Amino acid sequence: MRTGLADSARNIRRYALEMGEVQGQGYIGQALGVADVLAVLFGHVLRFRPDDPAWAERDRFLLSVGHYAIAAYAAFAEAGIVEPSELADYGADGSSLPMSAMASSTPGMEISGGSLGHGLGIATGMGLGLRHRGSSARVVTLLSDGELDEGSTWEAAMACAQFGLANVLAVVDVNGLQADGATVLASGSLVGKWEAFGWTVRRTDGHDLDALVTAFDELTAAPTGPSILLADTRPGRGVPMFEDRERAHFLPVREDEWAQAREQLT
Amino acid sequence: MIASFADPGQRTVQAPFGRALAALAEERPEIVGLSADLTKYTDMHVFRDAHPDRFFQFGMSEQVLLGAAAGLAEVGLRPFASTYSVFATRRAYDFLCLDIAEPRLPVTVVGGLPGLTTGYGPSHQATEDLAILRGCPNLTIVDPCDAVDLAQIVPALAALDGPSYLRLLRGAVPSVLDEYDYRFELGRAVAIRPGRDVLIVSTGLMTMRALAAARALEADHVDVAVLHVPTIKPLDVDTIVAEASSGGRLVLTAENHTVAGGLGEAVGAALALAGRAVRLGRIGLPDEFLAAGALPTLHDRYGLSTAAVVERVRQDLSGRAQRRGGESS
Ligand SMILES: Cc1ncc(C[n+]2csc(CCOP(=O)(O)OP(=O)(O)O)c2C)c(N)n1
Ligand SMILES: [Mg+2]
Repeated sequence: MRTGLADSARNIRRYALEMGEVQGQGYIGQALGVADVLAVLFGHVLRFRPDDPAWAERDRFLLSVGHYAIAAYAAFAEAGIVEPSELADYGADGSSLPMSAMASSTPGMEISGGSLGHGLGIATGMGLGLRHRGSSARVVTLLSDGELDEGSTWEAAMACAQFGLANVLAVVDVNGLQADGATVLASGSLVGKWEAFGWTVRRTDGHDLDALVTAFDELTAAPTGPSILLADTRPGRGVPMFEDRERAHFLPVREDEWAQAREQLT
Repeated sequence: MIASFADPGQRTVQAPFGRALAALAEERPEIVGLSADLTKYTDMHVFRDAHPDRFFQFGMSEQVLLGAAAGLAEVGLRPFASTYSVFATRRAYDFLCLDIAEPRLPVTVVGGLPGLTTGYGPSHQATEDLAILRGCPNLTIVDPCDAVDLAQIVPALAALDGPSYLRLLRGAVPSVLDEYDYRFELGRAVAIRPGRDVLIVSTGLMTMRALAAARALEADHVDVAVLHVPTIKPLDVDTIVAEASSGGRLVLTAENHTVAGGLGEAVGAALALAGRAVRLGRIGLPDEFLAAGALPTLHDRYGLSTAAVVERVRQDLSGRAQRRGGESS
């Protein structure tokens, strides 16, 4: 099973590199960094029907980080939700795969992103509503560490705990980066912060597939309230020349480097 | 994805806002700069690098950004707080309104990516920032045309003892108004170009487009006047009403903003309230969430490009001629 997940993670990275090359940009550092987390989420955690993104009992995957759209599309392609051939259309005018994720554009995209700090609030409502309706579906939200700066995230964190939403699972891509550089407010004890807010917390290496599987299994076994996985990741992971590059919100890639990046992909 | 609104080959100035603020801060030690994880993207990095001890990074927390700006002003500092327009208005409006505007604090909120200046989609396109803020009492609202305008606006806002909102143009900003005899004056609309047939009342970067359209229409022997309205609030109603009701010209407003609640509606209301029966056309963004894509394509599609303005003037002129013909026959 782990080899299956490793293959998935590699495929997600390859799809992301292909999309990045089409546009010459598109948050490729983040996509490579979060690929292992997405492989485990789509390959191990989420219940969904690839050919029926509107299936009522599906687990909801909320991409709170709309700028990670390129990573989500790659994961959708690997999960069979999007045809891999459609990825060539990424970011084109009128494409169903816009650079910033939009629910109105892409089947399987549950919320419109771009403005950060929205995912957990919507997850709160979805979690409440699904529980109210007797559904066993779960709500899984991907956040970034930058989103932990937003007051709205912490308002929702308290609401999820207050309502005891055991069907809400948050995942944070802790890559140490935000737009101006290193993370600002979200440093310090993240585990302690979330625990203090009433969440069950795990923190793992976001590139260790075994550790990710174990952590998700523990968090989803018999939750009594909301839970969160803090995944430490490295932007550009899997492409050595990108891993070594100075960390930046926009990883700069020269036109001629894409082919080389694909070759380097481990 | 192309994200500059400068036309190819156009003269530009790099980061005019950041330069103007950094220069002004040399003489005014109470000026401080704040940003919410968008320092590099709002040209605030120029100020930060010049005056690191007077710059405060808040991380991506727009509500605290504006609340803290109010607090800094309360204790005697002169804050310029930058983020994108969408986040200043949609996310943090309550803080702008009650913490900054109500107490009339001298704070300038600097909003990047106003109107349609990014192809990134609705989350970043501040198509209704003016509509939101025009309803905010005490607030001065400024929408510069270009780098020349910005360089004069920064000291003017810093001299203002009250709250203001600046629609920022960032990065390589076109330089256009230095070709005309222009001076920015807070609260004043300025006739930049005379013309007998058409009057375009424009604000922000649409003044640049109106001027380019006017030049292009010379070939058609259409004489287009341009009245630039950089201050959206308080609006220079007297000048606008006088210009729009003189000479029997076709009158069009032009703004980088939705037609709902922006300059066009303000001018329409001013004319109606003054009792002037002027037929008004509005150039602006449609009342809808806009598409993502390359900026030049989007400006064509939504009617903001020079070519689209030229076409609109031609159409409205021929519609007017037809109506006139109908009336006289
Ligand atoms: C509410 C809001 N404020 C500001 C922005 C602009 N912005 C886009 S990405 C980003 C950085 C956020 O941190 P993170 O997601 O951790 O960045 P990354 O790891 O992708 O570098 C910022 C400030 C935004 N999209 N939404
Ligand atoms: Mg980050």
